[in-house]
Amino acid sequence: MSIEKFQKLVSTVVPLPIENVDTDQIIPARFLKAVERKGFGDNLFRDWRYKKDGTPNPDFVMNNPRFSGQILVAGKNFGSGSSREHAAWAVYDAGFRVVVSSFFADIFKSNVLNNGLLPVQVSDEFLAGIFETTESDPSAQFVVDLESQTILNINTGISVKFEINSYKKECLLNGYDDIDFLLSLKDEIVAFEEA
Amino acid sequence: MEPKTLFDKIWDAHVVKQVKDGPDVLYIDRHFIHEVTSPVAFLGLRNRGMKVFRPQNTIATPDHNVPTLEQHLPIKEELSRVQVEALKQNCADNGIELYGLDHKYHGIVHIIGPELGITQPGMTIVCGDSHTSTHGAFGSIAFGIGTSEVEMVFASQCILQPKPKKMRINVDGKLGKDVTAKDIALYVISQISTSGGTGHFVEFAGSAIQSLTMEGRMTLCNMSIECGARGGMIAPDEVTFAYVKGREFAPMGEEWDRKLELWKQLKSDKDAVFDAEYNFNASDIEPMITYGTNPGMGIGVSGTIPTGKDLTGSDLITFNKSLEYMGLNPGDQIKGKKIDYVFIGSCTNGRIEDFRLFAEFVKGKQKAESVTAWIVPGSKKVEQQIREEGIVEVLEAAGFALRQPGCSACLAMNEDKIPEGKYAVSTSNRNFEGRQGPGARTMLASPLMVAAAAVTGVVSDPREF
Repeated sequence: MSIEKFQKLVSTVVPLPIENVDTDQIIPARFLKAVERKGFGDNLFRDWRYKKDGTPNPDFVMNNPRFSGQILVAGKNFGSGSSREHAAWAVYDAGFRVVVSSFFADIFKSNVLNNGLLPVQVSDEFLAGIFETTESDPSAQFVVDLESQTILNINTGISVKFEINSYKKECLLNGYDDIDFLLSLKDEIVAFEEA
Repeated sequence: MEPKTLFDKIWDAHVVKQVKDGPDVLYIDRHFIHEVTSPVAFLGLRNRGMKVFRPQNTIATPDHNVPTLEQHLPIKEELSRVQVEALKQNCADNGIELYGLDHKYHGIVHIIGPELGITQPGMTIVCGDSHTSTHGAFGSIAFGIGTSEVEMVFASQCILQPKPKKMRINVDGKLGKDVTAKDIALYVISQISTSGGTGHFVEFAGSAIQSLTMEGRMTLCNMSIECGARGGMIAPDEVTFAYVKGREFAPMGEEWDRKLELWKQLKSDKDAVFDAEYNFNASDIEPMITYGTNPGMGIGVSGTIPTGKDLTGSDLITFNKSLEYMGLNPGDQIKGKKIDYVFIGSCTNGRIEDFRLFAEFVKGKQKAESVTAWIVPGSKKVEQQIREEGIVEVLEAAGFALRQPGCSACLAMNEDKIPEGKYAVSTSNRNFEGRQGPGARTMLASPLMVAAAAVTGVVSDPREF
């Protein structure tokens, strides 16, 4: 088993300049009723993205033809609330590979990492710069490079470093899976239980 | 020896291996599972041709999307029924104990663990649910995990976790009249924000915390995730030991004596260092209620809704969006605001003490005609106690009907959805947009605040009765 590798991505961004976007907004609880990992992307941001009659809400960024890309950029404290991994699956399934914010909730952050999605935490200032660049030029491209742990705003030429723990970095670069690693420790786990 | 925090003591005793420059391999003592976040983990396990490694350390119950009326009938909603049936099958295939809808121990996962004595001091406890933090009330390390991590625990009884930072929140002094653990929680979150605890594990301490019952401590630790913390915990004391003793799965006889000696050591050393520390006075806290769309947007019941005049940029956009959703005006008094629904229940406030408080308040009064009330016990045992203690008669005389256990309107995965645009004063834990149903407007509060709103039909101060 493995997760999809992530090394480098060059893409435009989808901006969502709202703070405290909680997991109930990312995927409402009524869409958690599946027994498989697939198909959650259609309901990503469901209640913002669609009107009550089910038609797309033209005011929501994902329905705005100006914006597209594999990088989702959101206001600070993204992913707060529930532990539902469905939120990470929905973001991934909708085609995103990177989520950028100035702050992530803990459980959401580990959930995205476990699904081959890269969380990139930047300063409030750099985040504001992304929103500014993209608002004036939706075709502006950004480069996310995991090896060097950098994100580059090509328009401004500003590049910043982001943090990721080295174990998770190795996993993403190589597509390694946590469970394979844990299974390799079976003897140590049994010894721990017996101690 | 270097002084250690309570958190360090438990964590360090459960580290199987430290990964260089990476997370710790943490051994998990108890794994609770439910129907919503487990099926994909079981699927992953099946795809690897594996079974659960330590099924005896795993306890299952369906709670998130079960109906709260007529539970003896098949679940009407197909997708919910499929999830509940999948849990049953997965448990049978893996030899996991399941407390299903027809079992006397059925209930919300975070209610039944403690009330059955499965949750004990010093343990590591996880569940694919963020409110697993509840169990920290017993002096255990308990936190919510994602489905990939549920699969890790199934496969190895371990989880890969970077060690979080440590925070202590001290609340000292005497709590005012009608101020409950829920009010402490909402007050603290309003002070440190919904991200104030992110990256940290919180220990609650101080005389006001020690004065709480186990039910109150569970409410407080339950809400610790709402300030962003990985979890909350309280050092176990005589109150804890008295609660655990004699419960179905609690240690007995010599085993009890041995465990008790160990549990008594579970406290932070005098000079232990925390990465962050906050101090609050219990006397500053009044009955709280939320006015916005995250649990940090709370005020005392006598207060006014903030004006937001000091906010700029995305802070202002977010604040305005929130008040617009709630249909509330900046600067308005919260007291007297008309409400439509009340909900008492959930893993936050669905324990017997919560229903006692509620019943004591509504006794001899009548539910306001304009209010729809959902009274949902946290478990079969709580439901049974409500009946045995005569609380159900009090409720019925006041115009309230008791439903059956489940998560219910806390997250509205079942039929219990607050209609669009309606106001609900709720003992649950989250007031996010749409949390209690699409377009529902949630105001979080204590069981007493909910009782006061239920009989008046408006946001009311229980101290005035």
